[in-house]
Amino acid sequence: MPVFYGVQVDSALMLGTAQYPSPAILADAFRASKAGIATVSLRREQGGGQDFWSLVQGLGARILPNTAGCHTVKEAVTTAHMARELFDTNWIKLEVIGHTDTLQPDVFALVEAARILTDDGFQVCPYCTEDLTVCGRLLDAGCQVLMPWGAPIGSGLGINNAYGLRSLRAHFADVPLVVDAGIGLPSHAAAAMEMGFDAVLLNTAVAKAGDPAGMARAMALAVQAGRAAYLADPMEPRDMAAPSTPVIGKAFLS
Amino acid sequence: MNITLNGEARQTEAATLSDLLAEQGFGSKVATARNGDFVPAGLRTATPIHDGDRIEVVAPMQGG
Repeated sequence: MPVFYGVQVDSALMLGTAQYPSPAILADAFRASKAGIATVSLRREQGGGQDFWSLVQGLGARILPNTAGCHTVKEAVTTAHMARELFDTNWIKLEVIGHTDTLQPDVFALVEAARILTDDGFQVCPYCTEDLTVCGRLLDAGCQVLMPWGAPIGSGLGINNAYGLRSLRAHFADVPLVVDAGIGLPSHAAAAMEMGFDAVLLNTAVAKAGDPAGMARAMALAVQAGRAAYLADPMEPRDMAAPSTPVIGKAFLS
Repeated sequence: MNITLNGEARQTEAATLSDLLAEQGFGSKVATARNGDFVPAGLRTATPIHDGDRIEVVAPMQGG
């Protein structure tokens, strides 16, 4: 099971709390997923915040607040401080968005915000790209977890750059790595886990499924299968066929 | 005084941020910022409200 900042989490599936058809369906999906971490946000209080907080506390998952929607270092840092007080945790999923259409992180601002927050005692889980240099800088800034995207947030496109994510896994062998964003199907989640990622974080794929609890269960199974496959050391693929049935001893019949 | 509260123009008689939260009927599970800077809960009673202040009051919400 993944260990983030010294805390062992009970599941390699991390699940978001947004976009469910109802609070009851959200709770059902979490029960079915057995997710170990639930992501949440902060928004202007318009009357729903207190009820949502009660719901989240009953999910049985550790809370990871995000800085979703922040576009500047200042916004992200202020949001992180508000989240730390509100959720009583040093953990922060740091998002600093750089591009409106793709919701790509602004990696320069991300590194700067990560350094400021780490120096202030936060334990930062940065939503980042799979760029090796950017990830190296985030580690230099004090991050002990990296959360590269699989594909743009909410796109469901899966693992867009398998090469880049494999490189990242190989390059930072001892760093907890999470594929965050872009997962649309259980096969995407399994693929990330088969590569050796420590966890996957997804939201829309479950919340927008016709049966969110059913999809949550499917994602949980996929994450378990992918992890088990990684630990079982998969075979190397090859271009040419190789008979699996013994050739020696075959009857001579022609 | 005229202030902006969560993006909307409001009039208030509140002297401090703590008074403002009570006046506007917010629940206890909120975090606050004044003019873009975080104000910890413990400093709200010591944080004066000035004309033209931009106050943000946020609460736990759904997120991915």
